[in-house]
Amino acid sequence: MRESMEFDVVIVGAGPAGLATACRLMQLAQDNDQELSVCVVEKGSEVGAHILSGAVIESRALDELFPDWKAMGAPLHTAVTKDEVYLLTSATAGKCLPNALVPKTMHNQGNYIVSLGNLCRWLAEQAEGLGVEVFPGFAAAEILYHEDGSVKGIATGDMGIGVDGEQTANYMEGMELHAKYTVFAEGCRGHLGKQLIAEFGLDTEADAQHYAIGFKELWQVPEEKHQPGLVVHGTGWPLQGGTSGGFFLYHLDNNEVVVGLIVDLNYSNPWLSPFDEFQRLKHHPVLAQHLEGGSRISYGARAITKGGFNTLPKMSFPGGLLVGCNAGTLNFSKIKGTHTAMKSGMVAAETLFDALSNSEGARAELTEYANRFADSWVYDELFRARNFGPALHKFGPILGGAFNFIDQNLFAGKLPITLHDRSADHTHLVPADQAMQIKYPKPDGKLSFDKLSSVFISNTNHEENQPCHLRLKDPELPIRDNLPTYAEPAQRYCPAGVYEVVEEGGQARFQINAQNCIHCKTCDIKDPAQNITWVVPEGGGGPNYPNM
Amino acid sequence: MSTLIIADHDNQALNPATLSVITAAKALGQSITVLVAGSGCGAVAEAAAQAEGIEKVLLADSPAYDKALAENLAELVISLSSGYSHILTAASTTGKDFMPRVAAQLDVGQISEIIAVESADTFKRPIYAGNAIATVQSLDAIKVITVRGSAFDRSAATGGSAGIESVTATAANDRSAFVKEELVVSERPDLTSAQIVVSGGRGLGSAENFDLLARVADKLGAAIGASRAAVDAGYVSNDLQVGQTGKIVAPDLYIAVGISGAIQHLAGMKESKVIVAINKDEEAPIFQIADYGLVGDLFEILPELESKL
Amino acid sequence: MKILVCVKRVIDYNVKVRVKADQSDVDLTNVKMALNPFCEIAVEEAVRLKEQGKADEVVVVSIGPKAVQEQLRTALALGADRAIQIETEAAPEALNTAKLLAKVVEQEQPGLVLMGKQSIDSDNNQTGQMLAALIGAPQATFAYSLELDAEQVVVTREVDGGLKTLALKLPAVVTTDLRLNEPRYVKLPDIMKAKKKPLAVETPDGLGVALKQHQTVLKVEAPGQRQAGIRVDSVDALLDKLKNEAKVI
Repeated sequence: MRESMEFDVVIVGAGPAGLATACRLMQLAQDNDQELSVCVVEKGSEVGAHILSGAVIESRALDELFPDWKAMGAPLHTAVTKDEVYLLTSATAGKCLPNALVPKTMHNQGNYIVSLGNLCRWLAEQAEGLGVEVFPGFAAAEILYHEDGSVKGIATGDMGIGVDGEQTANYMEGMELHAKYTVFAEGCRGHLGKQLIAEFGLDTEADAQHYAIGFKELWQVPEEKHQPGLVVHGTGWPLQGGTSGGFFLYHLDNNEVVVGLIVDLNYSNPWLSPFDEFQRLKHHPVLAQHLEGGSRISYGARAITKGGFNTLPKMSFPGGLLVGCNAGTLNFSKIKGTHTAMKSGMVAAETLFDALSNSEGARAELTEYANRFADSWVYDELFRARNFGPALHKFGPILGGAFNFIDQNLFAGKLPITLHDRSADHTHLVPADQAMQIKYPKPDGKLSFDKLSSVFISNTNHEENQPCHLRLKDPELPIRDNLPTYAEPAQRYCPAGVYEVVEEGGQARFQINAQNCIHCKTCDIKDPAQNITWVVPEGGGGPNYPNM
Repeated sequence: MSTLIIADHDNQALNPATLSVITAAKALGQSITVLVAGSGCGAVAEAAAQAEGIEKVLLADSPAYDKALAENLAELVISLSSGYSHILTAASTTGKDFMPRVAAQLDVGQISEIIAVESADTFKRPIYAGNAIATVQSLDAIKVITVRGSAFDRSAATGGSAGIESVTATAANDRSAFVKEELVVSERPDLTSAQIVVSGGRGLGSAENFDLLARVADKLGAAIGASRAAVDAGYVSNDLQVGQTGKIVAPDLYIAVGISGAIQHLAGMKESKVIVAINKDEEAPIFQIADYGLVGDLFEILPELESKL
Repeated sequence: MKILVCVKRVIDYNVKVRVKADQSDVDLTNVKMALNPFCEIAVEEAVRLKEQGKADEVVVVSIGPKAVQEQLRTALALGADRAIQIETEAAPEALNTAKLLAKVVEQEQPGLVLMGKQSIDSDNNQTGQMLAALIGAPQATFAYSLELDAEQVVVTREVDGGLKTLALKLPAVVTTDLRLNEPRYVKLPDIMKAKKKPLAVETPDGLGVALKQHQTVLKVEAPGQRQAGIRVDSVDALLDKLKNEAKVI
């Protein structure tokens, strides 16, 4: 028997959604003079270690959660001062779009450029101050169920299992954390969330979820190039041939600039390497002018749940809730998910608190959550943005963009049509011999870099002696099927060089360098055969992003 | 003012690291005295006296110093310290052991493992495992310093003729005692302390091919290392892994064979004095940091190297 | 017997350090901090000695701003019984640290002081030895294994070229090397228990120690980048260069 601990609420994941849930729960408990035990488990070595986001955020949810966040020292230091939107037409050319032609949702006046990792660190401090137990370094590895099928809690992963599956001298069995309600806030493509969606059929009435992979680098630039508050977005080159996505470049404080590229994971060309697209993008004059003479401080990548309203699964099930990007509350028309994730967590907290105060059986499904969610501004916002992504997928960036301009600026998202995109991202790859090979330029070591030196500055580490956390349902499939048909795309879509096909004595072998994994989940999403399952490694493993 | 160096030795021979300390001391531009403290260590004192640039050798020959107990050595150095503005020793496990006691008893700070002398009171030293270099100025009247031997050339071992002066031994302490020592006798030197390391990567292609590497290592008296890729491929065991998550090595000579040179590997060997890269891919990143690069087929190069060594 | 373990908060060993643009220091803003790995080994050893019945109390002490309480809590979660924080603005120089610790030793009268051989930030490798000198205790640095009884501690040390074993009369100071043990994983319930264990806060003034500056850091810079050398076209040419130019074989 594993040891167990009891809580009123266990929250999986110390991101904006999970921490907002925790903070709001404790605020309600204090307001109502009630005792509540709430714990948050986080697989990163510390809160913020695995958080990666642009990030320009709307403070709306934070304003509601901590109205005097400014006085409390929340790390929102850089207000947006200027918005620029570009359409890059070639490797050297691009047009700055006039403001009037930009969809309103892309305007950022009143928003803040932040490090979401640092915002989460701050939220965790608030949560602990309110009495929440926050446990970084502990990965929720397994969902626990009651006999009636309702969720009972989670179990943290065993520590000290060797690569051979045997216990090492330091073996420590995982712990069961039982709760009246368990909130899953793992972020995009959470591995437990994925199981819950399947187990409870939460997505049966939703369109297939859509994803993108987002890259981000943090740069230190020369003083004279620094324009605090500047926000630059754009699309176009180098993505081509039906591949959609867009870039961002923000000037924070302390001479820091973040730059990133988001590539939609419904791309069709198996030769595409999102990483190399990002590296060559930085050589475009529109971006290079900000970065030249600077130095890169950090690198990371993370998948993004971007399907929006039409793809949102049911968020409640017996014994628990799914919140934030684990469900898919990001508003892609704004490319923002922090305020919606936080709000989804706060609504969850209010629902949970009422249910806990009411002595009825804890295992009941909190169907009330859907009603409260539907009454909140998140729902309204996501509803208005429901056509944004499907329009881009259906009509491409130019016509889709025009549709979005009309829908968002003229009708405020209330155009009485709903567009759907029902095909899952992994079904879009075409065979390699029918696709154009892409020759990427060599990195110059100044603006562009190779994968391994990038992973190096993500501070990624995993205990060496542990079983591989990237599971293949069929170990032969990569070489037998994916290699001949798709030239094994994992080699290219993985942003961390985890997957390699190596030649040994004339034989191809599929090599998994799990230690490099930066926990982006792209492999779990994009493998054409859905053969790769991402599970949590030993707690504390993965990247250690500072200021990301 | 003058400089006192405490010699590092095993009672038989002078540790060449002491010659590097002499080089560092010369940069201070003061007369240099070398203290040889040991038991039956007359030969060491003779050797020190011949080192070029030494003014005087002090010999403290007593059973109290036989096993270099920190308590006894520190007591001796304190008793001799007046008149010296700088006290230096090698950053060996002996020097690191007793020297901070000397500093504390003199109520001064110690500057550890210097790699450069900027002036009489300012030194460079690595911090954060060599990932940053600090320039440190001492504010103390007496500078107590340990010296990283590999950062300074060895001063000439001969050409000097300093006089040897015996000094009175201080009493042995009664609170610590030597029990035993086991010196590692291994056919192949330890990876982390070897002067030469020959390392193989995925380019070797199999565990059997590591034999080609081993034969070269034998000729050189070198330790064998490997890249993570070679370890992951199962060619060698993971205790041979050099790199970010493996061992950090800094030998005089590092020969990388069939290693592409990912930054994770470089993090484990970039402090080596001389780096040789042998790789068939002339674009391999390892060549960007190698002092000597040889592009070619390692299966031809390794046997040739073995036969010509 | 009481064991005193002295620990330090440092940058996590997985995090790459980066020198600040103004070369005043490395940039530690929002980077992950942790218990210095050698200190963690010292805590583990002390806890094991307690579990073996050779010690009855493990006290941990750290010096620095309030944030060091986080590492003290980690040590408490690993099994230490109580903690002392000596509040200073930043981590003091080694000699000042040793003087503060000497006062704690005077107050606590431990039979054994365990600490890491060095911290992975300043890489000084001094504090344990200095503390031993100040309190007039024998020392064993770079401990590879140790055996404690009521009167003495026998320590095998990792020295250049092998192992060396010393017997020290107590009280003694022992500094740990990497192979002494492999620290355990912290358990969740122990983290919660650690929050309730006693943690006392002291000040240098309260301990009667005047901190004195012995060194000034003038500059911190990134290490020089290695430059590509030359290509040789044959094994003969390579051997010639290694023998006659680099003089390494």
